[in-house]
Amino acid sequence: MSLFFDYTLDGIANGMVYATLALALVLIYRATKIINFAQGAAGMLTTFIAFSLLSRGVGYWWAFVLVLVIGFAIGAACERILIRPLHGRSELNPVIVTIGLLVVFEGLAGAIYGNASRGFPAAFSQSGLRVGGTTIAFSHFDVFILIAVLALMAGTLVLFRYTALGLRMRATAFSREIARLLGVRVGLLLTLGWGLAGIAGSLAGLLAAPTSSFGPYYMDLVLVYGFTAAVIGGLESPVGALVGGLITGLCISYVGGYLGSGLEPLGALALLMVALMARPEGIFARPPARRV
Amino acid sequence: MNATAFARALHLPRQPLVRHLLCALAAAAVLYVVVARLSSYNDYQVGEIAAYVVALVGLSLLTGANGQISLGHGAFMAVGAYTMALLMNHTQTSFILELAAAAGVAAAAGLVIGLPATRLKGPYLAGMTLLFALAVPSIADKWPATFGGDQGLTTTVPTAPGSLSAEEWLAQIQIIGALLVMVLVANLLWSRYGRAFRAVRDDEIAASLAGIHVARTKVMAFAISAGCAGLGGALLALSTGVVNTGEFPLTLSIQLLAAMVLGGTGTLIGMVWGGILLVYLPQWSTSVSSDFNLGSGASAYLATIIFGVVLIVAMIAAPNGIQGGLGWMWGHRPYPGTGGRSAPAPVPVSTGD
Repeated sequence: MSLFFDYTLDGIANGMVYATLALALVLIYRATKIINFAQGAAGMLTTFIAFSLLSRGVGYWWAFVLVLVIGFAIGAACERILIRPLHGRSELNPVIVTIGLLVVFEGLAGAIYGNASRGFPAAFSQSGLRVGGTTIAFSHFDVFILIAVLALMAGTLVLFRYTALGLRMRATAFSREIARLLGVRVGLLLTLGWGLAGIAGSLAGLLAAPTSSFGPYYMDLVLVYGFTAAVIGGLESPVGALVGGLITGLCISYVGGYLGSGLEPLGALALLMVALMARPEGIFARPPARRV
Repeated sequence: MNATAFARALHLPRQPLVRHLLCALAAAAVLYVVVARLSSYNDYQVGEIAAYVVALVGLSLLTGANGQISLGHGAFMAVGAYTMALLMNHTQTSFILELAAAAGVAAAAGLVIGLPATRLKGPYLAGMTLLFALAVPSIADKWPATFGGDQGLTTTVPTAPGSLSAEEWLAQIQIIGALLVMVLVANLLWSRYGRAFRAVRDDEIAASLAGIHVARTKVMAFAISAGCAGLGGALLALSTGVVNTGEFPLTLSIQLLAAMVLGGTGTLIGMVWGGILLVYLPQWSTSVSSDFNLGSGASAYLATIIFGVVLIVAMIAAPNGIQGGLGWMWGHRPYPGTGGRSAPAPVPVSTGD
């Protein structure tokens, strides 16, 4: 029973990281109907930048904020330079371009920092909290993950629901043409959306690094788990990303715990296939009308 | 497919099977002489190119003709390679049957993965196959007793007949495999199944109104494509001599995609350019990085970076790839694949022969 409790806590902490990446995918999918497969690799690259800053004696929180800003810049630049020229072409083209970006980011990190996995420092202690005399599998750092991700989710919700900027972004996602006719600067908002997703991706990278073998490929699995989470949540809704992240995190934690580690990717594949067969439009999306 | 205009210019027979077989026989004869003349190391590389071409032809069929995308073809290659190696190590099956089993098991895996794909659009399928590419190595790592762990399994090439050297014989096997697959796929694309693939790619609703079973068509394309990848993986494993998970990383799947795009999505001849790229680009980048003293760490990643940059630039600037560019120079209309700004050309739909 206590083992089950530990796996659950572990699943929640990891699920929060997957939810962050899922949120990044959702932000981009809402605005441009593209899955950014380079999102994880971009987070990996910015986390390596943080690693360099930390090893040069920059304080953790300065590096943290700076890296989120860099994540924003990378995301915005990708949209403006690489994705914008593909508008109006087949939907496979942007997918292939983001895959190309994934390889370039991983290649750059590998060429500069090497293949070896390193340790990345956590902001807070990673030893388990003590509750009522027993140590549970939930550390100070996990609490920080929980707070940071919930704050990001809340910020996103407030932005979309209560601000004029969020209203414009929703209008752009609904219909670019109509939004443009109403005077919304659609191009600027698309760039902004990719930038915000870049922030979420960088945060996911920073949060995932201390608990994984930090190297050029450590975000590959986080990306596919985040993708699974986003698909379960319906690819359109930030709340769906959060719930999808928790479901994915828990499933993977139970599979790894009870069936043996190393089978997590297979478990995630099974989960994704079941989700796609049962509810391809996600648990939070209304079934779309099919237009002929 | 510029084959019609080409065939008319050369007065080739009009029956697709006869025409494709004649072209393949001509290519086989030329390559037989070439392999006999080349050094054994070059024979080895020609064979590797042929093995990659088999997998790339499958990918080209999937993406070019059917409009589906796969980031997991490296993993299907692994499935084929492991199948062949397991049969080689545990049974006394004939070599041809081992290759057929490799293609068959990979096609079965493709069938399972392709099932949800019937209801999916591009990005979903890309994500699922990406996950598949990451999950397959974890299976092999999980049961090291069966799959040989880090060392992997060994493969053996059947002994060469007559005066052929081992490398020549291996290259011949791989070339015959590649030509056979190209003939089969060319015929398939020419048949009512190929027309159904293209109809589903262009408009699923119109295709289903024309009497095509959309889901079945998509699954079939995916399974055939995965089967080609499996056979390609098995043929490649003959060159490497071992099958382990390090041979089939996620980057292989992505390099296959890049090679297909650059060769010319939807073409079959273009996949030869793709295969050449897959074999020679890593070599070339190693020599470049040693020229510039980039260090061994960076040189391993230079090829990866080049593949990524090539993929991005090709997608933005030249989505029809090398073969599309050559066709354009010869005055042929580019094959309506994934690229290009123009809407896909209307494809005549057959409702049954």
